[in-house]
Amino acid sequence: MPHISIRNLKVSYGAHNVLKDITVDIPDGQITAIIGPSGCGKTTLLKSLNRLIELQEEVKVNGKVLIDGDNVYDPQADILSLRKKVGFLSQKPCPLPMSIYDNIAFGPRIHGVKGKQILEQIEELEKHCPNNEVCPANTRNTARTHKNGEMDLLVECYLRLAGLWDEVKDRLRMPASKLSVGQQQRLALARTLSVKPEVILADEPTSSLDPVSARLIEEQFQMLKQNYTIVLVTHTLRQARRIADHAIFLYLGEMIEQGPASKVLCAPCEAKTCAYISGEIS
Amino acid sequence: MLVAAAFAGSLAFIVILALYLRSKPILDTKPLSELLLNSSWLPSQGSFGLYPAILSTLYVTAIAMMIAVPLSILSAIYLAEYAKESLRRRVLPLVDLLAGIPPVVYGVWGVLTIVPFVAYIAPVVGSLGIPAAGAGRYSTGFSLLAGGIVLAIMVFPVIISITVQVFRSVPFEVREASLSMGATQWQTVKHALMRVALPGIAAAVILGFSRALGETMAVLMVVGNVFIVPSSVFDPAYPLPALIANNYGEMMSIPLYDSALLLAALILLLIILMFTLAARLILIRIERRVTVG
Repeated sequence: MPHISIRNLKVSYGAHNVLKDITVDIPDGQITAIIGPSGCGKTTLLKSLNRLIELQEEVKVNGKVLIDGDNVYDPQADILSLRKKVGFLSQKPCPLPMSIYDNIAFGPRIHGVKGKQILEQIEELEKHCPNNEVCPANTRNTARTHKNGEMDLLVECYLRLAGLWDEVKDRLRMPASKLSVGQQQRLALARTLSVKPEVILADEPTSSLDPVSARLIEEQFQMLKQNYTIVLVTHTLRQARRIADHAIFLYLGEMIEQGPASKVLCAPCEAKTCAYISGEIS
Repeated sequence: MLVAAAFAGSLAFIVILALYLRSKPILDTKPLSELLLNSSWLPSQGSFGLYPAILSTLYVTAIAMMIAVPLSILSAIYLAEYAKESLRRRVLPLVDLLAGIPPVVYGVWGVLTIVPFVAYIAPVVGSLGIPAAGAGRYSTGFSLLAGGIVLAIMVFPVIISITVQVFRSVPFEVREASLSMGATQWQTVKHALMRVALPGIAAAVILGFSRALGETMAVLMVVGNVFIVPSSVFDPAYPLPALIANNYGEMMSIPLYDSALLLAALILLLIILMFTLAARLILIRIERRVTVG
């Protein structure tokens, strides 16, 4: 699992400095929650980890983000493989304008994964999740005989992994936009996982969901953290307390405090963190 | 207001009816097949074959669309998806400006630049032996190709500005979703954005197409206006709008002449109507396909 270190990261939009000199390490194989009041730069910090931030106009990034020792802002860095490695889950689920099936197949297809590679990917996935039945034996056998069988199997595995399979297995060719928002978010999760990321960035992934769907996503994260490093921006302290192992508190673009979630979220050292936790600033 | 709306709605039918009534004399005296399929246009001898003009109209429009559609869609994609905001802000007004230039100016400009250019390349291209390019024949430059190029340039701004708007209206999250999986920008455009934008692009092309079909002045000035069935893109042609504009009001002493020209107008209108209708149907099918996924 990759190790992420952020060193002196400064991000500004035009003349507005959003992140001021952030230096922090993100632990591997854990859920790290980034918390803080609105507009403190949580999403900016998250999106700078896989350079999605560069889609904004007039954005300037200084400093380093090291993933396994390689600076992602190096001019020679391969942005496509970076984004493949560091997946992103947005606040509002946005299904690609295609069928449920194609939403999952999209990633493997654009990266040219086919045939045997797909089966290898599935085997790898099974090794990661031994106690979770992502690939039942009977579907595995049909995969060898059917046309596009491998891709069908891959789609099924990831939909199972995201806990969506049973709800959509009879309507895979339906446009993904017809799903409920909660289902769309699990679809987005399955889609993100389909390109074999090692890190998952999630930007308030449950904020537009109903409580039941939100819970499903949280449970998925708990399960996934064995194999992925998860960075989660969250608005709700309760969610951070429920699932985070590590926490980073940002305030007005500065990192005030970071450490194990139990400490930062329950017994913080800094006055500002205390004020935020107790609800004095929000 | 209801009356006004009803009037606007029935205007097309009133125009068609009027044109039909005025072209009735010639329809009564000559069989329709002769008028549509005969190639000789000798009004003084009572021969009114519209075939070359109908063909010229379709050819010149087809050439224009073949040039305009790929170029303008690609430029629109560049402007909407690749260019920086500052460049887009500067270029789009210039594109819109193109739409405001009067056709007669395009015509003059075509005569001064495109026509000599076509005359220059005609022998070169002709010697390549491409069937539609006319083997080594001399061309004055006043030709189908010149008409097509000028028309294409007139259609550019229509297609470009609508297509840019269509792309800009696709939610930002679609790009983010696709790019965050490691897709390249082109894969994002081709596989994700294009699906959402397709109905809008089709509408833009249709609008450009109907503009090209009916455009009169600019085409008339560069297309040569010779009443033959063109056999190469370097041949002159005589599209229906040019035929009507050049001859209506003159030589009205010749029997059936005005009736023949009004028939030409009716045919032009019906062609445009037919294509618009067909385009509508295609658009509905595309939209259905996009929503079905």
